[in-house]
Amino acid sequence: MRIGSRLAAHIALAPALLIALVAYCGAMSWTIWISFTNSRMLPSSVFVGLRQYSSLVANERWQVSVTNIAIFGLLFISLALMLGFLLAALIDQRVRGENLLRSVFLYPFSMSFIVTGLAWRWLLDPTFGIEKVMRDLGLAGFHFDWIVRPERAIYTLVAAAVWHAAGLVMAIMLAGLRGVDPELWKATRVDGIPTWRVYLFIIVPLLRGSFATAIILLATSVARLYDLSVAMTNGGPGIASEVPAKFVMDHLFDRGNVGLATAAATTMLITVVAVIAPLLYWQQSRPGARRTA
Amino acid sequence: MSGTTLIPRGRPPGKLSPARMGLYAFLAICALFFLTPLYVMLVTSLKAMPEIRQGYILAWPSAPSLAAWGKAWFSACTGLSCNGIRVGFVNSLRIMVPSVIVSITVGAITGYALSFWRPRGAVVLFGVLIAVAFIPYQVFIYPLVRIFSHLGLNNSVPGIVLIHTIFGLPTMTLIFRNHFAALPEELFKAARVDGAGFWRIFGAIMLPMALPIIVVAVILQVTGIWNDFIFGLVFAGRANLPMTVQLNNIVNSTQGEREYNVEMAATLLTATVPLVVYFVSGRWFVRGIAAGAVKG
Repeated sequence: MRIGSRLAAHIALAPALLIALVAYCGAMSWTIWISFTNSRMLPSSVFVGLRQYSSLVANERWQVSVTNIAIFGLLFISLALMLGFLLAALIDQRVRGENLLRSVFLYPFSMSFIVTGLAWRWLLDPTFGIEKVMRDLGLAGFHFDWIVRPERAIYTLVAAAVWHAAGLVMAIMLAGLRGVDPELWKATRVDGIPTWRVYLFIIVPLLRGSFATAIILLATSVARLYDLSVAMTNGGPGIASEVPAKFVMDHLFDRGNVGLATAAATTMLITVVAVIAPLLYWQQSRPGARRTA
Repeated sequence: MSGTTLIPRGRPPGKLSPARMGLYAFLAICALFFLTPLYVMLVTSLKAMPEIRQGYILAWPSAPSLAAWGKAWFSACTGLSCNGIRVGFVNSLRIMVPSVIVSITVGAITGYALSFWRPRGAVVLFGVLIAVAFIPYQVFIYPLVRIFSHLGLNNSVPGIVLIHTIFGLPTMTLIFRNHFAALPEELFKAARVDGAGFWRIFGAIMLPMALPIIVVAVILQVTGIWNDFIFGLVFAGRANLPMTVQLNNIVNSTQGEREYNVEMAATLLTATVPLVVYFVSGRWFVRGIAAGAVKG
């Protein structure tokens, strides 16, 4: 290789290298370091070991946030996967108006979580929303005030998020289904295997790469869940629908407790690595997968 | 699988059997579930407040009016200033246009350098980029705020553009690298033999061949940056708050009686840009999802 071009390649990578060193590795290390200090409003350099972590674990709001994100993550990922796969499988039955249906199922994904949250907040409004509609339809005793009930508010976030992301799963699954060998369908028909069994025991295992991709995308958005909670319930009622990302943001910028916030952020980081790394390995090790690097 | 065949591959249909009618009925119900929030936002925005207070959220407005849209655009209030959501619209444009250009440029160059030139450490750099795509932003935000305020970049358009470049880099690099890596190596070698250097190969050969992926990148970045909330909130500063942040402020900081019609009009206005991108780009949008989905 010519020296000039070699140099040019390094110059071209300089911005990315700088970003990786300063904004990614540097910032991440700094966050982790702060979490071991007694920082309050401003970062301090007094090392206090795991003290921030012990107060984090004892913090009621953090406990609520962790419980919420566990409920949200499990329900959101499983419901979005099921609905998305079901829609893809049904659309794949040579239905009329496929393009229209795909557009309808996927459009929510193009909108922001703020828009999604505000739309659903209005829809679930206990005075004017769905509850009123159902009562007007004659179901006098119909109750749907989950968005203002502390023990139920997190489930309304799940509903909005599933609405937002199910189309994404559908798009991924549909691409996977279109890659299934048509011979396979002929073979199962010859053998007279019922369709639902074909889907459950042959197609789903075949599409595990698509499932891994979908799960990774959904899991990433679970860890980042912030805007939706802010727009829809603002963590309320009370602290009932708080989530970890919001805990960090509030303690960084409103409550001036940088030490506690960075301890929470570091805990999030460890959790994400522990969850995503095996998923990535699974996705990359599937047969026929192209390698990333 | 080439992915070019888009013929449905499920079992071929018979006649319109009861099972098929059930299938269509189920799909129709799902379509209603997906469309209801948009419909409700739309009809609410076209109603006057007395009609909204009657509580028929699904009913078509008795006298559709764009008054709430006008108010949302020109005079909705955030705190004490009542200049409407158009302020946020303009701010979002001021943030989005340079952010899209800069982030795609940096991503394209990085992806190109990583795919054909493979300088030392390329694998490590690429690994770091991919890892960051999954890590919650909360891990980076506080140190970046400190660094930016030290550099005088806090609360400025250049600052938020830099932030969008930083956090757009993993996906942008990935899709460009994957695109270039799929091009035949001979193309690159032939250009080298002809004496073309790094930038010449990029400008004269690679960039023209990257047009489809540039379209995908533009779709991803336009919707992603327009929909961003958290970075705009933290890094843009009061004078440059993007539309999503202003929308949330309008709705969640209202004093006194809430005007649901204005709120819904403002919400729809905020959703307009990504919705237009989505419906105009069609299958390209799905390609963007697939390309950005770190599928390796």
